[in-house]
Amino acid sequence: MTVSKVWPSAREAVADVFDGAVIMMDGFGGPGGMAQELILALRERGVRDLTIISNTAGLDSVSFGTPGGSLPVNHGILVANGQVRKVIASFPVSASPSRPTSFELLYREGKVELELVPQGTLAERIRAGGAGVAAFYTPTGAGTLVAEGKEVRVLDGREHVLETALKADFACIRAWKADRLGNLVYRGSSRNFNVPMATAARVVIAEVDEVVEPGELDPEVILTPGLYVKRVVVRRHPGKIYTREQGAAS
Amino acid sequence: MSEKERLSRELMALRLARELKPGMVVNLGIGMPTLVSDYIPHDGSLVLHSENGVIGFGPTPREGEEDPNLVNAGGGFITLLPGGAFVSHADAFAMIRGGHVDVAVLGGLQVSEQGDLANWLVPPRALGSPGGAVDLCVGAKQVFVVMEHTTRDGKPRLVSRCTYSLTGARCVSLVMTDLGLFQVTPQGFLLREIAPGWTAAEVRSLTEAPLAVGPELVEVRA
Repeated sequence: MTVSKVWPSAREAVADVFDGAVIMMDGFGGPGGMAQELILALRERGVRDLTIISNTAGLDSVSFGTPGGSLPVNHGILVANGQVRKVIASFPVSASPSRPTSFELLYREGKVELELVPQGTLAERIRAGGAGVAAFYTPTGAGTLVAEGKEVRVLDGREHVLETALKADFACIRAWKADRLGNLVYRGSSRNFNVPMATAARVVIAEVDEVVEPGELDPEVILTPGLYVKRVVVRRHPGKIYTREQGAAS
Repeated sequence: MSEKERLSRELMALRLARELKPGMVVNLGIGMPTLVSDYIPHDGSLVLHSENGVIGFGPTPREGEEDPNLVNAGGGFITLLPGGAFVSHADAFAMIRGGHVDVAVLGGLQVSEQGDLANWLVPPRALGSPGGAVDLCVGAKQVFVVMEHTTRDGKPRLVSRCTYSLTGARCVSLVMTDLGLFQVTPQGFLLREIAPGWTAAEVRSLTEAPLAVGPELVEVRA
């Protein structure tokens, strides 16, 4: 039997995402690393009470990383659509208070929760989640707000904060190419959070520009071996940045 | 006195760039720190590190050559220099915490005379975004801060004790403001260089913490 993890569409690949699910998605430095088609499919599906683990809470009021200055599709559209109950992030709001995101507006109304995590701690908690490490001590945040309520221990002459692992039900991963076994390669800075997130969820769904046959990807550059990946979806418009105005329309 | 001209953002960036020496691995924060990259050589003598895993990046690309898969921590478009490399986010922060980054240049809201930094939460706003700054404060060997000397309503940002939520404790060694260059020493702030046309007494009057003046005070020059 030929093994293939390739699913016909983003809509079908997210069909079992349930109300209350915990979902990881990148969220760093613009739209390059975002699984935009999966996010559009999640909005269409309308699942609610989601917990999103991401670098941001969806920066839907700023256009950085998008040529031409349009607003890219990111998980901000799920927040704006009232589908998100909680966000675990390091960069929940834009730097400018005059341009509040959907998340900030809903937070003021008490309609969404936030767990604020320093960025490196967020990445490491995800890596720990994928690596079977329940918790770890890090110097990051000792003596600051983000350490409040956490165990602090002096190790190596320095205060360290106990941080626990993060895992998810689903991870929406954006990679460049896959083979049909789910091996993934990434492009440039867009690999960022995608690599650790692809190890830390029960169901990992990868959105890619292109699928090739096993053996065609150089094994030396595969960063996510297929054993982590359950489903692969090929983008309808490879490489294109989907904007909020246009979605994935052609 | 408040009518006097202060240092431009460009001159602050240029002066701070001179503190970055060949061989250093440097992380530039979002906002004013990013300007520093306009004044450093992009010949590989200095390695720029970005939180999203770009090691050894170069200047902004020409218009029309922007690549969404080549951005810095602020989502700004960059180029990769020969010899550059990509790592994952987890590895990029392992480099930071692991002590492999020599200097982090960060924006600031307040710096205390002990070198504490507050840079992510401005009351009364309920939310802020610390991003990677908390990790950089504990991991980078040196933290330089670039910020305006006073708030919009004239309050000092160099303080005895930070009143805003801390990003890191006892981590800042150098502060560049629009009034001068300040070293954080075990005895507190030391004014090393001053904005042209200003006196140390004038700068002191806009500084909440005690301010020592270096024996050879010179003006900040382009």
